[in-house]
Amino acid sequence: MSERILMKGNEAVGEAAVRAGCRLYFGYPITPASEIAEYMAYRLPQVGGIFIQAESELAASNMVYGAAAAGKYAMTASSSPGISLMQEALSYMAGAEVPSLFVDAVRGGPGLGDIQAAQSDYFQLTKGGGHGDYHLIVFAPYTIQEVINIMPIAFETAFKYRNPVVVAIDGLIGQMMEAVEFPYFVNPDEIALPDWALSGKFRHGNKKNVNTSLELDPEKLEVINWRLQAKYHEIEEKESRYDYVGVDNPETLVVAYGTVARVTMSALKKMLGEGKSIGLFRPITIWPFPGKALAQKAANAKRIVTLEMSAGQMIEDVKLSVFDPNKEYEFHGHPGGTTFTPSEIEQILRG
Amino acid sequence: MTRNVVAAGFGGQGVMLLGQILALAATQKQLNATWLPSYGPEQRGGTANCTVVVSDEEIGSPVVDKPMYVVIMNNPSMEKFEKMVEPNGTVILNSTLITLEPKRNDVNYLKVPANELAEQAGSQRSANMVMLGVIGWLWKDIFTLEELEQAVVEKVGDKRPQLVETNKKAIELGYEFAKNLI
Amino acid sequence: MKIIYERPKTLEKVVNHYCPGCHHGILHALIAEVLDEMNMADKTVGVAPVGCAVLAYNYLDIDWIEAPHGRAVAVATGIKLAHPDILVFTYQGDGDAASIGLAETLYGAIRGINVTTFMYNNAIYGMTGGQMAPTTLLGMKTTTSPYGRDPRREGYPVKMAETIALQDGAAFSVRSALFNPKAITETKNHIRHAFELQMNGEGFTFLEVVGTCPTNWGMTPVEASEFAKNEMVKTFPLGIKKDVKRSEAR
Repeated sequence: MSERILMKGNEAVGEAAVRAGCRLYFGYPITPASEIAEYMAYRLPQVGGIFIQAESELAASNMVYGAAAAGKYAMTASSSPGISLMQEALSYMAGAEVPSLFVDAVRGGPGLGDIQAAQSDYFQLTKGGGHGDYHLIVFAPYTIQEVINIMPIAFETAFKYRNPVVVAIDGLIGQMMEAVEFPYFVNPDEIALPDWALSGKFRHGNKKNVNTSLELDPEKLEVINWRLQAKYHEIEEKESRYDYVGVDNPETLVVAYGTVARVTMSALKKMLGEGKSIGLFRPITIWPFPGKALAQKAANAKRIVTLEMSAGQMIEDVKLSVFDPNKEYEFHGHPGGTTFTPSEIEQILRG
Repeated sequence: MTRNVVAAGFGGQGVMLLGQILALAATQKQLNATWLPSYGPEQRGGTANCTVVVSDEEIGSPVVDKPMYVVIMNNPSMEKFEKMVEPNGTVILNSTLITLEPKRNDVNYLKVPANELAEQAGSQRSANMVMLGVIGWLWKDIFTLEELEQAVVEKVGDKRPQLVETNKKAIELGYEFAKNLI
Repeated sequence: MKIIYERPKTLEKVVNHYCPGCHHGILHALIAEVLDEMNMADKTVGVAPVGCAVLAYNYLDIDWIEAPHGRAVAVATGIKLAHPDILVFTYQGDGDAASIGLAETLYGAIRGINVTTFMYNNAIYGMTGGQMAPTTLLGMKTTTSPYGRDPRREGYPVKMAETIALQDGAAFSVRSALFNPKAITETKNHIRHAFELQMNGEGFTFLEVVGTCPTNWGMTPVEASEFAKNEMVKTFPLGIKKDVKRSEAR
């Protein structure tokens, strides 16, 4: 077993990325994500990596675009307003099929909002916050340990499908500390350079590689877009992840992800101990949304309670997936950067 | 076994550190631990606080709105956190600085003259360590006094031997104080 | 028979989309020639912009990426740091490099990243149909400065080569042109010099190349070349603005 240490969430993001094989980080300070950049500025030089503080989120995200198109594990981290600025690069990378990792420590919005934990980036992350028909693969871990466990999977998934991946945390996960362990250390030299990498022709059979999201012929672009859609469909089939805690076929089904799911866990366990017919469905990927699994769990539920630190975003996917107007849908939200408390959730769930 | 505590006080009274040391000591005992700080503007000028959860099971919510224990270092925190403690919970208050009278009769109060004891240990700045010692006694089933002291050294460092000694002394005074009180 | 000139190997044998009299084609050919002479074509990545040169990746037989508008130097920075052993250049227009991408371009120089940037300055947005550029000359009529560029309304043309030269991280900054064989030869020499500086790790290298846009200037190719030679250079004086090698020599 690897050593158990007490670590701050934002620092764990950085360490996990380093251990997953990332050696290129491009960032721009923003609360509550800055400590990820600070950690990388300190850590990467120790392992022969490079940290760059870019002049803006636009630049940071496009540096990631370049480094990732060059075939390397590259990343950035930011928080909601910064992620808004990065939507340009994300759309381009989705179009040009460049795999990269973005971490979003979600904070309250819109606009400058506040710096507390929120989940109101659900739409911009899962519905394609930039232009065009595309999807990002979005992981939403709920503990620091899950952040650590997901990081190598996030990079591998990005490269497997040549698609940008987002790990969505929030200010709370970033700022808290937790006893964690790192069960892996990937040597970046052992990560094969993909044959599509922009790395000089001599590295890939002297045949030129072109990475572009441009196709001026509309008929060809349509073909490309249908191909991308087929890829997204495959990702939906194969990469949807969720967790479920509760009884089989619960009467009350709670749907929550990230920090909200974790806060729910305390009340949930209490009520399960009392023999209540209840369960928590927790999407681990919010895109692809594990809709099929949710629909199965919801089959016998009378009441479906969605909890989000937003004014109600994921609930749209919940309703679309369950697709049954006869069920009772309930939403409770915290859209201003405040978090649910365990007592509040207990009260909600007891109805 | 799951324990949680909220520690609150002025910025500079070391409540964040107090919480981190508890979480660290638990981590070193191979337990699960979370430390959740208040952060951002609420820290500035007002009260800082953190929440620590220690458990031998997987920890559910790191957010605790009805803590089993609270450590309160000043009057503003007393106003804010006294009412949060769960019934039969424990309020550990710094009686050197807190002039507000306790308002509840369904919780236990431990009045600890933290600044005075810290002064005895060598520095008023170690009042947080006194409180750590008090929790050390209350949670003696989880870790020993030595294990707590070791966590302090790991967290604060051992480059200033004077500080290490003062902190140790403060923890011990808090530990003894709680032992004699209960 | 002695061959005195042949098509650069690295220049793709395709028909390009540039208008008659546009100087982009000359600049492409010069870069291809230099890459051939340096034997670097298989160790180079080009970054194409948004603008007339958006399809530059079709014309040179090297690795290419097509960057978002203005972000070429940021993209190039990522590529260069991923593979420091290769030559990385951006090929941009004035709008791309000096308007929407001013921050990224300037930061290439501030950061001193080992990348070469070409900024083709023809004082106009060509691709979108002749709008005002950051480099549009005072008095010049464009579709978005229909009464002529008035500094009280539209401000002044940006002097990129001079601005870049002011930054400590810039190793080389030059403004050159392509309006006659002498200018072309000089530009080619500058390209070689910039690439060599880059591969020696000297810092950011910048070539502002004064070119033409006969279509949007409403001129014939010959008139456009004359305009570049006689009018453009009044606002944009040619010459080396900074060269780490030269200042060392002094």
